[in-house]
Amino acid sequence: MRRLLFEGLFRKPLTEPRPNTDDKEIRELVARMTKSARRRLGHSLSIREVDAGSCNGCELEIHALSNAFYDLERFGLRFVASPRHADVLLVTGPVTKNMHEALERTYAAMPSPKWVVAAGDCAFNGGVFAGSYAVGRGVAAVVPVDLYIEGCPPTPVSLLKGLLTLMEAQAHHTTP
Amino acid sequence: MFITNDVEADDWDRMTLRLAGGESVLSGLWGETDAVRIAVLDAAVSGITVLRLPCPGGHFPSVARHHPVAIRLERAIRDLFGLIPDGTPDARPWLDHGKWEVRHPLSKTSGTELSPAPYMFLPSEGESLHQIPVGPVHAGIIEPGHFRFTANGETVVRLEERLGYVHRGIEGLLAGAGLARGAQVAGRVSGDSTVAYALAFSRAAESACGARVPPRAHYLRALLAELERIANHFGDIGAICNDASFPLIQAHCAVLREEVLRATNSCFGHRLARDCIVPGGLARDLEDGGAAILRRLTATLGSKFARIVEVYDNTASLQDRTGGAGIVKPELARRFGAGGYIGRASGRSFDARRALPFPPYDALAFEVPVLDAGDVNARVWIRIREIEQSLLLLEHVLDTLPSGPVRADVTPGAGEAAVLVEGFRGDILVYLRLDENGCIERCHFRDPSWFQWPLLEAAIEGNIVADFPLCNKSFNCSYSGHDL
Ligand code: SF4
Repeated sequence: MRRLLFEGLFRKPLTEPRPNTDDKEIRELVARMTKSARRRLGHSLSIREVDAGSCNGCELEIHALSNAFYDLERFGLRFVASPRHADVLLVTGPVTKNMHEALERTYAAMPSPKWVVAAGDCAFNGGVFAGSYAVGRGVAAVVPVDLYIEGCPPTPVSLLKGLLTLMEAQAHHTTP
Repeated sequence: MFITNDVEADDWDRMTLRLAGGESVLSGLWGETDAVRIAVLDAAVSGITVLRLPCPGGHFPSVARHHPVAIRLERAIRDLFGLIPDGTPDARPWLDHGKWEVRHPLSKTSGTELSPAPYMFLPSEGESLHQIPVGPVHAGIIEPGHFRFTANGETVVRLEERLGYVHRGIEGLLAGAGLARGAQVAGRVSGDSTVAYALAFSRAAESACGARVPPRAHYLRALLAELERIANHFGDIGAICNDASFPLIQAHCAVLREEVLRATNSCFGHRLARDCIVPGGLARDLEDGGAAILRRLTATLGSKFARIVEVYDNTASLQDRTGGAGIVKPELARRFGAGGYIGRASGRSFDARRALPFPPYDALAFEVPVLDAGDVNARVWIRIREIEQSLLLLEHVLDTLPSGPVRADVTPGAGEAAVLVEGFRGDILVYLRLDENGCIERCHFRDPSWFQWPLLEAAIEGNIVADFPLCNKSFNCSYSGHDL
């Protein structure tokens, strides 16, 4: 074990540079944010993740955000265990009928101000599962969505870009 | 490889008794609008036998009444098709939580009658017992499910699982769909097994249509399947160690997992290799230079992983948590036909790549590791050994990779097939029947988790509540694959 730890001390970090968030398409993803909301977000976000019927592919990539390459905590983003501690609800999946109530209740348990990020094509409109008796029409049909992140699943880089956009919006919009 | 027969209730009962007596292993039990089907594995027959029992009156003799392994499968059949298992020991609903707005959505006469009565958990009685409800939304980033613990102080007396939260109605969505859509949805049954599911569906479609797949496609499919296995095992080993309060290994395993995903992305254009496997072969060939990328990957993974394994093996505080925790007795693993690392850590050596070999595995040498201890530690070691074997398999495949096309035409037509494919979690069963236009008449997916989730309830008994996340991680059952 000592060898492994020593190597860690002397090796170059694996962490990648911060992804560029000025991309036009990312800006356009911001669906509903108001200026005042942007001002209040500050430079740190606590995120509560809810799987509302995903195939678990989106969760795999959300997990990857914590690995040494993406290391999302360096940006002030962190996952929290309780909705009571969260600023952002990160939702995946088409919202199955069986998860509808749990999603609503998780959202209700979050203190305001709060934002919702819908990640993955399923979360957008049901994706490949749209039209089934057991799913609804995506996250926006249940809770108000502020930002969509596309992909099936979205790559860790697009997830990171989306979350940074949400966080940075404040810097761009507070005028002296 | 696959036989199907129409049977009478007598034959059905005889089969049930064979299952109860341990002569055969239950591999699947599913409904149709007017019949039930059972898939069994026989030690003597090297293939899957599928029996069909017509149910004109909407009833069938319960399998679970002799072989409790079938309980949840029968509850699901009743929820989806309205067929009633006579004599079942547990008549509660399973996937239907009363939220769908229809009852028995896959039956001919799906109705909107009243939703089922409120769900009753099994009672536990005794002095100083208390209950802890957990989920469906959990503290970590995991799939939704509900766990009801009954504990005596710290010790778990009973765990009862309630699943179905991720039910998306996949089998209903597929009715009438074409093969392309079938493969697309199959790859989204359980995201971590997207390769294995797409492979299972594609093989079933090819077998039903009598299509032949080019040799290069077989080898590339195995390449993808082994990459998926390695990536998931890295993720699991890291997560288990993290839940045993040893995040160092997780940090390193997460890096190795990421390297596998990046290599997969460079070689096949998607980090999880989603939508790469299609009926007839592969949607795309290996990128130029892909073989070199993969060779470099196997070489570096091999040496880096060996050092992580050394740390695991030499850290007493870690072994103290994993050793002896969450034991699955070999007898139980055998009775449930538990596949994957759960079965193999408890003495059941079944591996579909070996037992029902499909190309190219019939031509490749590899070992199937087996242990008897059945605890968290054994499940970690099975994964470690499987990663080593998969790295060797990757090298074999790269050494012997044939050239040529990667996709053949599939002429859709009437036919049926059942196939078993070894995913990272265990054997996945797909049953597929096509109509004369080549559209899906019935497609059933049976995730390995069906025969693993119940064992978690048994494994946790007598452990402390705080060890549940550790035991659960060591199982890593699929919620989405199970709930469909
Ligand atoms: S968007 Fe794709 S990866 Fe995410 S849950 Fe849906 S099917 Fe799975």
